[in-house]
Amino acid sequence: MDLHLKIWRQKDRNAAGKLETYTLTDLNPHMSFLEMLDTLNEQLITHGEEPVEFDHDCREGICGQCGMMINGIAHGPLKHTTTCQLHLRSFKDKDTITIEPFRSAAFLVKKDLKVDRSAFDRIISSGGFISINTGQAPDATVIPISHELAESAFDSAACIGCGACVATCKNGSAALFTAAKITHMALLPQGKEERSQRVLHMVKQMDKESFGHCSNTEACEVECPQGISVLNIARMNFEYNKALFFKKK
Amino acid sequence: MLSTLSKKMLMCLTGLFLAFFLLIHFLGNLQLFLPQEQAHLQFNAYSHFLAGNILIKIISYVLYASIILHALDGLIITLKNRKSGAVYESDRRGRASKWYSRNMGILGTLILIFLVIHFQNFWYVYKFGAPPLDERGNKDLYILVIAVFQQWWYVLIYVLSMAALCYHLVHGIHSAIRTLGLYHPKFVKWFKIVGIAYSIVISTGFALMPIYIFFTVK
Repeated sequence: MDLHLKIWRQKDRNAAGKLETYTLTDLNPHMSFLEMLDTLNEQLITHGEEPVEFDHDCREGICGQCGMMINGIAHGPLKHTTTCQLHLRSFKDKDTITIEPFRSAAFLVKKDLKVDRSAFDRIISSGGFISINTGQAPDATVIPISHELAESAFDSAACIGCGACVATCKNGSAALFTAAKITHMALLPQGKEERSQRVLHMVKQMDKESFGHCSNTEACEVECPQGISVLNIARMNFEYNKALFFKKK
Repeated sequence: MLSTLSKKMLMCLTGLFLAFFLLIHFLGNLQLFLPQEQAHLQFNAYSHFLAGNILIKIISYVLYASIILHALDGLIITLKNRKSGAVYESDRRGRASKWYSRNMGILGTLILIFLVIHFQNFWYVYKFGAPPLDERGNKDLYILVIAVFQQWWYVLIYVLSMAALCYHLVHGIHSAIRTLGLYHPKFVKWFKIVGIAYSIVISTGFALMPIYIFFTVK
């Protein structure tokens, strides 16, 4: 199949970017979207041009590294799918595909389709951990956790931090990401101990990173590759309200 | 400075108060549907009672404060969101959410413009103007209402504004419940249904008032 691509090219963080048009011919429809970009890059390198830079790692849909706006939708037309798990068979022959980087005030474009998502890392560092003494691994049965609770915590922990929620949100809000981390830990006995200070710190850091407010449009859940529920955001609000109300100083 | 979550909480609390006020306002206004003679005197007596009640006076100040805070906070939130959100050359993000959820600011502005008209129509005249008195000596608000709703364009403005109110409430109530932190899937579902029903009943009921008066009361 043949495809026309309009790809966002930007030299560096401070440069103004623009869409460049490329045409690829004789593509295999079963190729993944990233393999298609690899093909383009091989051709660009052969012609002595700069390849298109983009983030990727596992290409199995679990690492959260890849991610781009494909025809104006985070990770492309398929629901709950990462960019690497999207294949050319989802498009039609001779289609024109516009590819842009994930963006928000907190996600700055480093180059082409590559985005600085370190704001997520700083949110995690501000409270997404459990302060326990390390030592010998405790017996797995020391703290009983029901199967339902473990599954429920894992539903939140499944967030791969790709940033599709922020890119999709009209406000560039990181509420779903932050809420998923807060909920994941608030559910488990090990995480309960520090839940109040965790939520206060993480929300504070989230605001510092110039993410927007959550308007509860729920678009983030629709486009999330992992289908993280917006009820995590309600849970974050609950945890935050409680922590703020009972704060001693 | 308030956090993003606390600013939303202020939006939620003022919004829920305003939504609750609508119910009281709506129930009182149902008197307009009574037979004309009865409606006339009863509606004026009711208005007189409200205007003279100290508790209602306090609530009215909370109401004015809520309207101002809700609008200002909404403006602050919207401006911040405009700055933090992205602009794409090709944008089809709209497929994942409802238009009224994305445009609460525009719906809210329409409602605010409506409120200015509404206050000018009745509240201002009742409080600061010189409305005629009815046979019991109460200020004749009923006559004012009838006079305004004889004009088709006022009826149209009121009905269209109630449509904006309906969409604003549908998203607003649902969003407020989220902000309060209700996360249980079963109750979230129930609250969503109740919120939608509430929005439709209140706004349709209000919209029917000018229509009823336009067509039946002369």
